[in-house]
Amino acid sequence: MSISDQIERALRQSAPMPAQDPPDLIAAASAAGLLDVAYATLDSPVGKLLLAVTPRGLVRLAYLEGGEDEADVLEQLATKVSPRVLAAPARLDDPRRELDQYFAGRRRDFDLPLDWQLTRGFARRVLEATSRIPYGSTTTYKSVAAEAGNERAFRAAGNALGSNPIPIIVPCHRILHSGGGLGGYTGGLDRKRVLLAVEGATAG
Amino acid sequence: MPRRHVSSPVNLPPFQQLLDDYGRDVHRFLSATVGRTDADDCYQETWVAALRAYPKLRDASNLRSWIFTVAHRKAIDHVRSRRRAPVLAGNVPETADRRASPLEEPDEGLWSLVRELPTKQRTALALRYVADAGYDEISAVMGTSEDAARRNVHEALKRLRMEYEQ
Repeated sequence: MSISDQIERALRQSAPMPAQDPPDLIAAASAAGLLDVAYATLDSPVGKLLLAVTPRGLVRLAYLEGGEDEADVLEQLATKVSPRVLAAPARLDDPRRELDQYFAGRRRDFDLPLDWQLTRGFARRVLEATSRIPYGSTTTYKSVAAEAGNERAFRAAGNALGSNPIPIIVPCHRILHSGGGLGGYTGGLDRKRVLLAVEGATAG
Repeated sequence: MPRRHVSSPVNLPPFQQLLDDYGRDVHRFLSATVGRTDADDCYQETWVAALRAYPKLRDASNLRSWIFTVAHRKAIDHVRSRRRAPVLAGNVPETADRRASPLEEPDEGLWSLVRELPTKQRTALALRYVADAGYDEISAVMGTSEDAARRNVHEALKRLRMEYEQ
């Protein structure tokens, strides 16, 4: 082995290793006003969830098990909200705590600011109407469509609810078919049943 | 109607992905160029600057080179500001424990010699042997031709060989 080879090998092998892990960026990013989207994942009785907040409030909740892919959700946030997306679990402490209380039956209403920017128009009005449905009670697609200003648009209302960006918190699980059927659910009907059971609501 | 130039929208991945993919390499690169003690500060400055500029980025085809370019600039700024900083006797006690001399980091051996090399050569070596960059990437990061990148590495190796043989 020539001296040059030895030197090259030594350079690779003895490259200075940092004394510790890279420092956390969240505080610096936040102080600079650059933390546009902070996210975290958490385990819940309805499986693993992804939560994302903007400075305005909670913008997204996604079901990761048998639901959406984490990478897809993050890419969607990068495209539709801001590419400045960072994992920042501490930023999600409030929603995490409130969800824990909710699943333990110790919380009826969420006290979280919401960022509605992922929905607009009629869909947004449907979801806003949905957020006013009280804990433990249910209503129909038709009445939520009416509440949003167009009683006949119950199909469109169903679509809006199906793409609810903040399920659980915006309780689209409280909406059932007029005939008493469960209807659909963005996270699958098993989850809808669990959520209704948590709230002590009876479903068809 | 006149045809307007519509720039194709760049699909920027979530920033976290860059951090996951390149964070460690950038940290090691900075440890090699500015030293371990100052690497953390430079690292923060690098990523905050990158985060600031990120949404306006028009080319997402080589994000690794881009982040190393930012890190390289921060390292240069850092070395310059260190050089300009007046050395006052009164500063010594305060900084003595933070700024370890090469002799106090004996495990780095060869790399303490690298830190004595001209900035361009040191940077080229760090990119090549710490970040595992090819000459195309070294030239992109340092804004030179590929030939110049090759020369910087070879010059640096030559100097180290001379030190070694002494």
